[in-house]
Amino acid sequence: MQVTGTVLTTRRVDAYHALTVVAPGIAERHRPGHFVSVAVGGPGTAMITRRAFTVHDVKPDYGGTVELVFTVRGPGTAWLAERRARDTLDLVGPLGRPFPLPRDPVHCVLVGDEYGAAVLFPVADALMERGCRVDFLLGGASADRVFGAMRARRMAATTTLTTEDGSLGLRGKVTDALPSVIADTRADAVYACGPMDTLRAVTAVAMEFDIPVQVAVEESMACGIGVCMTCVLPVIGDDGVTRMVRACADGPVFRGERVRFEDVGTIPFDALGAPGGGARHAG
Amino acid sequence: MPVDMRTFLAHVELANPVTTAAGCAASGRELAQFFDLHRLGALTTRSVTMAPRAGRPTPRMAETASGMLNAVGLQGPGIDAFLERELPWLAQRGIRTIVSVGGGTVAEYSELARRLADAPGVTALEVNLSCPNIEDRGRVFAREGAAAAEVIASVRSIMRYDVPVVAKLAPDVADIVAVARACVDAGADALSMINNPLGMAIDTVALRPSLAAVTGGLSGPAILPLAVRCVWQVHAALPGVPLIGVGGVMTGDDAFQLILAGACAVGVGTALFHDPYACLRIERELEDLLQARGFQRLADAVGLAHRPPGSAPRHLLVDSEESSP
Repeated sequence: MQVTGTVLTTRRVDAYHALTVVAPGIAERHRPGHFVSVAVGGPGTAMITRRAFTVHDVKPDYGGTVELVFTVRGPGTAWLAERRARDTLDLVGPLGRPFPLPRDPVHCVLVGDEYGAAVLFPVADALMERGCRVDFLLGGASADRVFGAMRARRMAATTTLTTEDGSLGLRGKVTDALPSVIADTRADAVYACGPMDTLRAVTAVAMEFDIPVQVAVEESMACGIGVCMTCVLPVIGDDGVTRMVRACADGPVFRGERVRFEDVGTIPFDALGAPGGGARHAG
Repeated sequence: MPVDMRTFLAHVELANPVTTAAGCAASGRELAQFFDLHRLGALTTRSVTMAPRAGRPTPRMAETASGMLNAVGLQGPGIDAFLERELPWLAQRGIRTIVSVGGGTVAEYSELARRLADAPGVTALEVNLSCPNIEDRGRVFAREGAAAAEVIASVRSIMRYDVPVVAKLAPDVADIVAVARACVDAGADALSMINNPLGMAIDTVALRPSLAAVTGGLSGPAILPLAVRCVWQVHAALPGVPLIGVGGVMTGDDAFQLILAGACAVGVGTALFHDPYACLRIERELEDLLQARGFQRLADAVGLAHRPPGSAPRHLLVDSEESSP
């Protein structure tokens, strides 16, 4: 649904921006993993594609608020970073498929790289409500790019931090620390969000341990609702066939082992409908 | 008094002139979660091809000033899955559906028409002529009147007489009127224009083209003036041919421009990416504009901007005349 939300608060979280927006209809329908899309630039803007953001927090105050976390990457996010309390935002959501949650109280490792970690906090809440043990593994290039370390420490059984420059926690990437975290916590499942390379490496580790891994991908989108077909990536379906599926409407959450990370950005030759593929019978 | 918004695509009546543009509403289901699709004049599907198509590699999209480039490459499930799942879903709900088809050869277009000829729920067939012609070194059908006409003549001979065949034209041509005339002579019942003109953007950080496919179709408000020009020229040359004006329509005012240039229906495309409710909003804004200008029927405004200079403004100034003493 589309909501004209009012900005409630804005804050800087280290290298990132966080906006809390009053968006009643969206907040009450939100499930962990859902995202929202925001029109940027105001009325009559030259920026005509919406920007998609994961939701960091949902609260029932003021009829329902959602908090978005983002980093300034271009003119659209720069505009959003300039919003102040009481400004209005055009939001569409909740969009996408949420994270599936286990029925049993299992041990889960939540891996977040940079601001991708934001989406994991509602997941952690939902998991803990089900009696799951939650362990966080958060990382970034430097200390100010590790998102949510404080909150993770408060809620999780253990929190492991990594930075590439060694300014916080272990030196290295989240995936360097993941095997020992999985082993130490005897994890039954992994939830991850971050850049594609990180998700690829997280999936590889989880598969080594033979435990399920759910990843939320970050793909650039124009519409967020499944009509523009620009956010596709190759994913293997239940029937074993690779299809170019939409990150927005078919994702953003996928089973890690089903995503062909090494082929993202290409059309694999064996994908359904690939050029010159066996399925072609036109003529 | 409400404005009579009905319009005719050849002999097919549409309740209002606002349709979705091909490729911008997928198969319809995605938009159905936002509003009742019956409120559209018609839903135009993405271009259906014979075989399933995986499309182009990513990145497929790049935002540009007042527009965007896309190179999706007609990703879709193919005609079998379309007839099995997507068209019945629309037909069962009685949604007016313009089916868009795309092919690489005249034979492929003909086969698509054959498959769709007996399918229930096809309100009109739109032929996407902006596909590379495999048999002619990949030159796009829409660039040449003869190639476009061959496709249209073949499709027209196969489709049932009561299903209008609409030719979708590209603006990247030397003479769009010549291509339009060739399509109409070959039997096209209506024309839809414009498809995306080709554009390109370069990523100045990566120092390479922004799109994996290098070039892509430019859409959005940046191309509205191009669409208005094409509709104007074709309506001037072929005033009796129904035109669907497509290209950069974001508001009711944009739609009104195309109507005044000669379109009897308007396709909304990229606006849907920005606002899922764009079609309903544009239809409402267009109706308000017509009412404010004193029109009782949409049909009275079609092509009205073509009236010779100095002729009396029809309908206009009704309010001010009444208010003057």
